Amino acid sequence: MNLEALYQDIILDHYKNPRGKGLLEHPLASAFHVNPTCGDEITVEVGVDESGGLRIGYEGQGCSISQASASVLVELLQGKSMVESEQARLAFIDLMHSKGVGEPDEDVLGDAVAFAGVAKFPARVKCALLAWMALQDAEIQAGLLTTGEQT
Amino acid sequence: MTVLDVAAIKADFPILSTTVRGGQPLVYLDSGATSQKPVVVLDAERDFYEHANAAVHRGAHALAEAATDAFEDARRTIANFNGARSQDLIFTKNATESLNLAAYAFSNATALAQFEPHSANPQFVLKPGDSIVVTEMEHHANLVPWQEVCRKTGATLRWIPLTDEGRLDLTNIDSIIDKTTKAVSVVHQSNILGTLNPVRHLMELAHAVNAVGIIDACQSIPHMPVRLDELGADLVAWSGHKMLGPTGIGCLWGTESILNAMPPFLTGGSMIEMVAMEKSTFASPPAKFEAGTPMAAQAVGLAAAVRYLENIGMDAVAAHEDALTQYTLDALNSLDGVRIIGPTDSNDRGSAISFVVEGLHPHDVGQVLDSTGVAVRVGHHCAWPTCRRFGVPSTTRISPYIYNDFADLDKAVLGIQAAQDFFGVNA
Repeated sequence: MNLEALYQDIILDHYKNPRGKGLLEHPLASAFHVNPTCGDEITVEVGVDESGGLRIGYEGQGCSISQASASVLVELLQGKSMVESEQARLAFIDLMHSKGVGEPDEDVLGDAVAFAGVAKFPARVKCALLAWMALQDAEIQAGLLTTGEQT
Repeated sequence: MTVLDVAAIKADFPILSTTVRGGQPLVYLDSGATSQKPVVVLDAERDFYEHANAAVHRGAHALAEAATDAFEDARRTIANFNGARSQDLIFTKNATESLNLAAYAFSNATALAQFEPHSANPQFVLKPGDSIVVTEMEHHANLVPWQEVCRKTGATLRWIPLTDEGRLDLTNIDSIIDKTTKAVSVVHQSNILGTLNPVRHLMELAHAVNAVGIIDACQSIPHMPVRLDELGADLVAWSGHKMLGPTGIGCLWGTESILNAMPPFLTGGSMIEMVAMEKSTFASPPAKFEAGTPMAAQAVGLAAAVRYLENIGMDAVAAHEDALTQYTLDALNSLDGVRIIGPTDSNDRGSAISFVVEGLHPHDVGQVLDSTGVAVRVGHHCAWPTCRRFGVPSTTRISPYIYNDFADLDKAVLGIQAAQDFFGVNA
């Protein structure tokens, strides 16, 4: 098996140098998610900036995939509109459920396209999705996303 | 070399000659989670279905008799293996169910005591102020059921803490097991730390205060000679699938007096003596605890597994694993950046060895090992509080068995070094 296919350089870079890590000062809502099979943890907080863009903060501990995914998420979605953010979030979830045959759109997903290889490893898909599911939860709690829109 | 002819044993396990992840020969080091099955176990199950399949303990046709004989023969074989009487051995679906059966004796008796005080054995009736004692190294299967019993009865859960070395800290044991204690349920050998606990001593402490003594033997019975009557327990739970047997069968052994005193767990067919619309009476043990059509083929498969282990000899199994344990501990102790979670020497410890690699998450260690064909367990091993006690979110665990040799462990060690190289964390 080719380890590099799973652990793309972008993933390793985000794991070693996480972007935007830290919690918000005045979050609208906060969601704590764990992966009960391995104990990985993530707290994602959301707020809205003056121009209506998304503010995201996070703290967590876990494997390279779960932590790099959180870092990529924040870098990609920080300051984005809810419409853009939802487009990317749904695209990422689709990619993770593609069993490795998905064609990720780099314009929508940015660095998150590097996770395409993770979809071939069912045991690691949960790791990659941890932050994204916590984000959805926090957005629903904050009233930024109605439950009807959740996947 | 160890005392076992591992090459010959490997040849008995079809799955061990397969390859994974693009042609890598499988090196299976996750037997603490479940063991692989020798062909004699697979054949025994198939033979039962081809020649004896019927619902046991019901019907009078030829197959019903053959199935019942096979099932009860299996019970005798499995009980004999651990020096027990067959009527004291209950089949369950797994060890988790065995431990729940024990835990539910307490919550069911406590509920009965409200409306039918005469039929609730006071030994199992709990009230606020009573305590149940476990250890900080329990598998969730011997922790969560007791938490639930406490929630339902108002009893308090206590636990024996651990030393930094991963052994039970018995310093204040007199204030943990005391006259309020109604049950002491402890693991014989930890599935995460490998520690072998002084269960006989703990059972004596339990009996000194008239508490019921229970042992989780999932990780001991597959790996060493265990005589149930020498453990000093009232109840002992273990699983079939960790000792070369099929999934879907677990065991609970109990003393005659405790099995007679305990209320049933699951109820329905097979476990009754007489049923009327108004009320029912129950069969004697073991039937009293075996509601519904039992897992006959799995019992036959487990009996074949037991005969396979008997042919090797459990003393030889234990000696082989001691050698593998010492070899693994030496190798891990000599690796930079690797910390063993649990006893670092082979005294009073089994072959399940957990460790963390500095700078690396266990998931990532396991992934690199997997890419070389080596299967290990990563995660909290259903012992999350134990991980917390040692300040780690999870661990990587190597757990060998009779079909592993030093070369398998060498591959695991190479894989750990490869993970350190890949992630650039070696010093």
